[in-house]
Amino acid sequence: MSGVLVVLERRNAAITRTSFEALAAGQSLAKQLSLECSAAILGESIAALAGELSGKQLASIHAVEHPLLQQYTADGTTTALQQLIAKLAPAYVLFPHTYQVRDFAPALSTRFGQVLISDVTAIHDGPTFVRQLFQGKLNADYRPVPQPVKAPCFVSIQAGAFRTDSLETATTPAPIESFSPSIEPAQIRTTPSAPFRESAHTVDLASAPVIVSVGRGIREQDNIALAQALADALGAELAASRPICDAGWLPMERQVGSSGQTVSPKLYLAIGISGAIQHLVGMKGSKTVIAINKDQNAPIFEVADYGVAADLFEIVPALTKAILAAKS
Amino acid sequence: MKIIVAIKQVPERDAQLKITPDGKGIDDADLSYTINEPDAYALEEALQLKEKNGGEVIVLCAGPERVASTLREALAKGADRAIHIVADDLAQRDTLSLARLLADTIRAESPDLILTGLQSDDLGLGQTGVILAELLGIPHATIIMQVEVTPAGLRVKRELEDGFFQHVDMPLPALLTIQSGGNKLRYATLMGIKKARSKPTATLPGAPSTSPPTIELVRVYLPEKQKRTQMLTGTPAEIAAQLVEKLQSEVHVL
Repeated sequence: MSGVLVVLERRNAAITRTSFEALAAGQSLAKQLSLECSAAILGESIAALAGELSGKQLASIHAVEHPLLQQYTADGTTTALQQLIAKLAPAYVLFPHTYQVRDFAPALSTRFGQVLISDVTAIHDGPTFVRQLFQGKLNADYRPVPQPVKAPCFVSIQAGAFRTDSLETATTPAPIESFSPSIEPAQIRTTPSAPFRESAHTVDLASAPVIVSVGRGIREQDNIALAQALADALGAELAASRPICDAGWLPMERQVGSSGQTVSPKLYLAIGISGAIQHLVGMKGSKTVIAINKDQNAPIFEVADYGVAADLFEIVPALTKAILAAKS
Repeated sequence: MKIIVAIKQVPERDAQLKITPDGKGIDDADLSYTINEPDAYALEEALQLKEKNGGEVIVLCAGPERVASTLREALAKGADRAIHIVADDLAQRDTLSLARLLADTIRAESPDLILTGLQSDDLGLGQTGVILAELLGIPHATIIMQVEVTPAGLRVKRELEDGFFQHVDMPLPALLTIQSGGNKLRYATLMGIKKARSKPTATLPGAPSTSPPTIELVRVYLPEKQKRTQMLTGTPAEIAAQLVEKLQSEVHVL
């Protein structure tokens, strides 16, 4: 076969949402190129998971099973997928762009002499693959270069870029093909422990109806008070982008983004946030977005309903004052 | 412990980016450059490991003449020596080709540990570290917040999604990609800047790429807006009044 293979990720006993998005991307790419689309899922015993896929339009489902795949390791996953890909010889291998994929897919691609086209937001005719540069300030089209020795093109798909409701379904279930990779314990060089959470989330930003969020543009820890005053006036929760929490100006539990919380408030008021993709994925479900940033080209304005390209140190105090006046 | 920190020089964060006339890159004529921020955290982790466990910190960067300033800055912060692989053809290389260039130099140094940032602020491919580990045949772990030396090697704290973390044990030599925020970044002191002048920087010629790139950047362009953004203008008081009106009549939060 020379089709599109989508490698899915599982968490606990379920296939993740971003995996289904990657599957939607895979189906769309396969359609464009008149190829077959199939899926692979790895684990110790995954028959039940493969069942989750049976209603989807797929040529086959590859159940890659081995006791050493029960807990994720880069070495185990890379070894297993190298063998599966060598056997299937797909033209394209797609992944969801997750922390786990970032951990092993570059090594897997290297084994085939290829470079992963990572964090892709769209696939156009050709195919060309669209990804962001400079934290979302620019877009770039990438193309695989035809190789002297045939090798797959590896691509990872950004969360939210493809919609799971566009997944094509089938009336006849796709055949499940079992694949048993050979993995020796000595090939696994790292020993992972069970995942844990640092502290119970005491701040639940996910259910907050109004969020005032602050970014690098606030410049100094003392200036956080400006944002706090605005949040207080609005009865909002205060949140932040990663650099603010990295600096310790606000606790990590107030971070919105791929490494923090995902929020979908009625209003998200972004102050001095440029809008790197790691932040946008955490807040683009907000109903209304207001952005205040002095750089009119900041990517946050691409997702904002209302934008103010001006100095936040002038706008925020004026806005706080106007809100308090409107309320009294 | 001998630690190599692979760093990248990138345009300053607030740089005004201009696309080149051929539409395939960024005009670098007026850009000013700095260390890639995640790499600054990798350097910080290396310096702290050295302070705790002793050893040597070597900073490594491939790039044109201009990257020497970023290496000097790393020396001023406390790195012991620098290696500059002179390469003017970064735009023609893909990540694999660049990683091969770095790997050849790293192999000759046989370090115990290699650190790098989890991704670059410019291209953001986030792969150089993992590819390096694969080329060097050593174990790796990515998106690392904390590093602890153990009798058997290392115990690292790896960031997962949704606020989860995980400890991973691994033998040395190893490669780690470092996440921001695990440590507080230090500034170079005046004494450090003075000392840096006498620290050695090896300048090595970068071997030309032997294999053609596997992926190609064909076009750079401004992203299309996903939403129709209404930009509000006026004096701060006028803007505030417009926003309050939106909050009352459209967003319904006042």
